[in-house]
Amino acid sequence: MQLHLDIAWSHLRTRRRQTVASLLGVVLGVAFFLAVSSLMRGSELDFIARLVDSTPHITVSDEFRDPTVQPALLRHPAGAVSVLHVKPLTERRGIRQYKRRLEQIDAIPGLRAAPVLAGQVIFSFAGRDEAITLSGIEPARMRDVTTIEKDIVAGSLGAIDVDPNGLIIGRSLARKLSLAMGDTVSVVSPVGNVRVMRIVGLFHTGRAVYDETQGFAQLARVQALLNRPNVANTIITRLEDPYAARATAAHIERMTGYKSVSWQEASEDILSTLMVRNVIMYTVVGAILLVASFGIYNVISSVIMEKTRDIAILKSMGFRAGDIELIFLIEGLVVGAAGSVLGFLAGSGLMWVTGQVRLTVPGESDPVNLPVYWGWSQFALAMLFAMLSALAATYLPARRGARLAPVAILRGAA
Amino acid sequence: MSAILVARDLTRTLPGEVPVTLVHDVSLTINRGEFVVIKGPSGSGKSSLLYLLGLLDQPTSGTLTLEGEDTTGFDEDQLAATRLAKLGFVFQFHFLLAEFSAFDNVRLPMRRLDRLADDIQRRRAMELLHDLGLVGHEHKRPSQLSGGQRQRVAIARALANDPPIILTDEPTGALDSKSSSNVKDILKELVRTRDRTVIAVTHDDHFAAGADRQVEIIDGRLV
Repeated sequence: MQLHLDIAWSHLRTRRRQTVASLLGVVLGVAFFLAVSSLMRGSELDFIARLVDSTPHITVSDEFRDPTVQPALLRHPAGAVSVLHVKPLTERRGIRQYKRRLEQIDAIPGLRAAPVLAGQVIFSFAGRDEAITLSGIEPARMRDVTTIEKDIVAGSLGAIDVDPNGLIIGRSLARKLSLAMGDTVSVVSPVGNVRVMRIVGLFHTGRAVYDETQGFAQLARVQALLNRPNVANTIITRLEDPYAARATAAHIERMTGYKSVSWQEASEDILSTLMVRNVIMYTVVGAILLVASFGIYNVISSVIMEKTRDIAILKSMGFRAGDIELIFLIEGLVVGAAGSVLGFLAGSGLMWVTGQVRLTVPGESDPVNLPVYWGWSQFALAMLFAMLSALAATYLPARRGARLAPVAILRGAA
Repeated sequence: MSAILVARDLTRTLPGEVPVTLVHDVSLTINRGEFVVIKGPSGSGKSSLLYLLGLLDQPTSGTLTLEGEDTTGFDEDQLAATRLAKLGFVFQFHFLLAEFSAFDNVRLPMRRLDRLADDIQRRRAMELLHDLGLVGHEHKRPSQLSGGQRQRVAIARALANDPPIILTDEPTGALDSKSSSNVKDILKELVRTRDRTVIAVTHDDHFAAGADRQVEIIDGRLV
């Protein structure tokens, strides 16, 4: 093996210019690969972080994945008579015994949960009626589970604990209804209850629909307003490890029977979009390396053309076809490996530079840095791509060189 | 005297639209320690016969027995292994690897065979170069050596794995007369003092005169 390495090295060393040219191809390929993939991965992770931050990791709702099976069907699954137009028993909606469920869910390690009772109400103010989703919350728990407190721009989340009639709404909604902090508004529930509530907080998340249609009030107040004492219809949770959400959601669903949706399930469309984006990105950066591999192909091919005499010498000496092939494969691998390592340096430089770029997003006041992902996996992937394309580029010419019959070369040379 | 190389009815035909027969029904027995010269005009097939005898090429028909072993049906790798251990070649043009020093060129076959320890290989390479009068030139590249010196490096390399048979193809063809007689003397001495079998292709009558036996080939047939 050392012998093969020595011969391979001698070929590369004596053809320095071409070696450097093909090396540069790989270096640039790897560097661009890293720059593009770090940016794409970085933005993807940034996006997911925002997604994970702004939505509950698992939402347990008062629904079941499958409708309740009728007792008759349970008893006689293959009965000859079927009853049509069966209306299921009217039941009180909401998570039954939510406090016990909450305790159960809260007991799962690495998880915090908060109960929510959300219902539709109508805000009546100055002759305008707006349909609002009013969520009854416990501020102390809510704080741990969502980022809503961070989005409060006036007042505080805790204010609804102090004032049982307190109401927190989106700043855009307040503006739309010409409401200001401390103003009162009539809240009408579908069951006919009317309460006059007072604005004690405003929030702004940046999501227009949410900001215009969402309101928060004390859980007990909303229960009373909707005539549903001691009921919550959603339990939202936050996990220390957001990526455990899928498994934990399944666990909660098995435990409680209620439909539990992880953020991944809720955002499947977005995640699949991200995946498509990744496929496109890797195709493009893979193409860069493919182009680079043509450089390697070119070098190895011309080395072999130039070295046919050497091949004949080595073969007449007793080197096998496999030895010759190995020598040229080593040459390709050396270019691939050296190109990867240098590409890591160049790529890291590019990544650092992109990381320094600061942009001001319209509508945001603070400039943001481009998100750059520094994980090792993309380095490994870049190296894998580079080595594979180097090997593929070398394989064909190496094989052709190895198959040269020494006699054919000797006849030509003699 | 024991036969070391026995060729029986060797025929080599190059396929093609008009097949060309390079070597025609050649039967030849070469004994151990013999110095055989294959003579003939250019294009007579003497080099082709040498390639067949040296296992560089395979006959279309006929058999070749080397040290009692029938090489018919050997695959590429077996042929290569046999060449490595039992045959040494010296071609008209020195055919050294340009990037390697004389010393490293001589070590190549030993390193490939890997039968001797590394330090013994190094010592042997030095001895061979010194025996061939290349003291002081061990670490020069082929481009820094004269034609005669290069050919002597090639002979040292052919001897590296101590093969019983040395095959040479016009070894002096590209040399001036002084270097040429020097190389010829070395080849003759190999036979005399080292009990080596030498098969040489040449059209140099003077060189041929020193051989134990001369074989002439015309149009692919022995005469």
